[in-house]
Amino acid sequence: MSPMPTRISSDEVAHVARLARLSLTQEELDRFTAQLGAVLEHARDVEALDTAGVPPTAHPLPLENVFREDEAGPCLDRAEVLAQAPAVEDERFRVPRILGVTP
Amino acid sequence: MSLASAVEVAAGVKDGTVSARAVLEEHLGRIERHEGQVHAFNTVTADRARAAADAVDAAVTSGRDPGPLAGVPVALKDNLCTRGVPTTCSSRILEGWIPPYDATVVSRLQAAGAVIVGKTNLDEFAMGSSTENSAFGPTRNPHDLDRVPGGSSGGSAAAVAAGFAALGLGSDTGGSIRQPAALCGVVGAKPTYGLVSRYGLVAFASSLDQIGPFARSVADAALLLDVIAGPDPADSTSFREPPPRASERLGAGVEGLRVGIVTELTDAEGISADVVERTREAADALSAAGAKVDEVSVPAAVYGLSAYYLIAPAEASSNLARYDGVRYGLRASGSKDITDMYLRTRSAGFGAEVKRRIMLGTYALSAGYYDAYYGKAQQVRTLIIRDFETAYRDFDVLLGPTAPGTAFPLGAKTQDPLTMYLNDVCTIPSNLAGHPAISVPFGTGADGLPAGVQILAPALGEVVMFQVAAVLEAAAPDLPVPQLIRSEVAR
Repeated sequence: MSPMPTRISSDEVAHVARLARLSLTQEELDRFTAQLGAVLEHARDVEALDTAGVPPTAHPLPLENVFREDEAGPCLDRAEVLAQAPAVEDERFRVPRILGVTP
Repeated sequence: MSLASAVEVAAGVKDGTVSARAVLEEHLGRIERHEGQVHAFNTVTADRARAAADAVDAAVTSGRDPGPLAGVPVALKDNLCTRGVPTTCSSRILEGWIPPYDATVVSRLQAAGAVIVGKTNLDEFAMGSSTENSAFGPTRNPHDLDRVPGGSSGGSAAAVAAGFAALGLGSDTGGSIRQPAALCGVVGAKPTYGLVSRYGLVAFASSLDQIGPFARSVADAALLLDVIAGPDPADSTSFREPPPRASERLGAGVEGLRVGIVTELTDAEGISADVVERTREAADALSAAGAKVDEVSVPAAVYGLSAYYLIAPAEASSNLARYDGVRYGLRASGSKDITDMYLRTRSAGFGAEVKRRIMLGTYALSAGYYDAYYGKAQQVRTLIIRDFETAYRDFDVLLGPTAPGTAFPLGAKTQDPLTMYLNDVCTIPSNLAGHPAISVPFGTGADGLPAGVQILAPALGEVVMFQVAAVLEAAAPDLPVPQLIRSEVAR
């Protein structure tokens, strides 16, 4: 198990914001860096805990796949769904330019 | 006049002694008079409610069974999808969105004859403990308008406390039903994970989220839970077995039951002395009623808060990736390309707390940190489940405070996120374990405001949990009627 890293830097917060598709002002960046640092600092108490050999729990229930027959059923009304879209063209969602964009 | 219970309303409407429409108008009247001060609702659906009430009355007139919640006014947290009615999650990013489908719980309420009066305010995307993180302004506590109702389901808790509705639905990811129930002096329950379908509940942290009831009595909460519980093919994580009946043993007493006071909850970070005192008095009351009460340790529970604030943001960062401005909700205009649109839409649409949690979760899941944060938190989750299992070998239910204190003033905890997070310290362990827990009002704090005591039970232990809750309710000192409606209600 790798140890918890040192206090989160503003460069790391800026990087995480980019990953999460959020753009932050300088003021937000400063504030969030301090606040996230405090929360992560509090989380360090789990570091002291010996969890060697403890399996992780991702979900409280023992989940298994649920199968059903592949039968057509009622689905959402197309017009009702498209009526909620910010932009529509030819009964499809319209978005700004995608090709040639750096992801 | 007094505030009628859901059980009384449903019985009266069914046997024709009162009309659903008259019950509704009484509640709409209270909303009309006091909602301006409380701000429990994002949307009041008066016209739809009148149509629903009239349909219930027509069913009664024509001799049909109007259902177990006939004519009972219900308030819905505004993260439950309602076809044709805006569902905002109190976020700018969903403002004006009208879902094309109903949540399963909404369909079940309608089939049971309930009358939905509106959509209630919440902390944005259910992230918060005071309902101050709403893009549409805070909700105020009906017991003291200068104080918060708790959160994140503060609107539903306040609506039930103020008599705007007889029942409410909320969602509880880390305490978001139980903590506001405690602060508003009402009953609030988080069922076992999987007991109630999450289909149509806007997702926050999918392995923790669960829908549950608010009510002014334990019997009313049980009635509502029994209507909404049960398998749903639309939610693959819902239990496929018939659910336990919460109302099954409400009058059975606690003779011989074993009750454990969880020392990690009474000794938790920042718990005030008066709330611990109420918990001990509640334990004494159960003891006097014939239960065997002792203290018990659930050692890993102390790590619950830390584990939760890694796991819940991690799941949220993934769930909230869907708000991209493409299919519904807000889209920032004038973007040069799609990445620009994502950035501008999400930055404009999400509030500060949501941004914080998305970033915290993205960080906890990011390359190089996954094992240290998310992986470790998941192991802590296993330890908490194991420690609960050990405790339940010796005890039928566990007891602790619901919240660290009573309702706090607006603005008191908004500056420092960590201070706000500590509100959930007593409620989080049940979410991590997937277990049920219920908050029952039990007396007041030193400030005269309601205090809540929490009963925890093992998975699918709803029957014994409500059984104990009913005894606690009967033993609890009478709560003052909220200031707001005191002049018009004599209890």
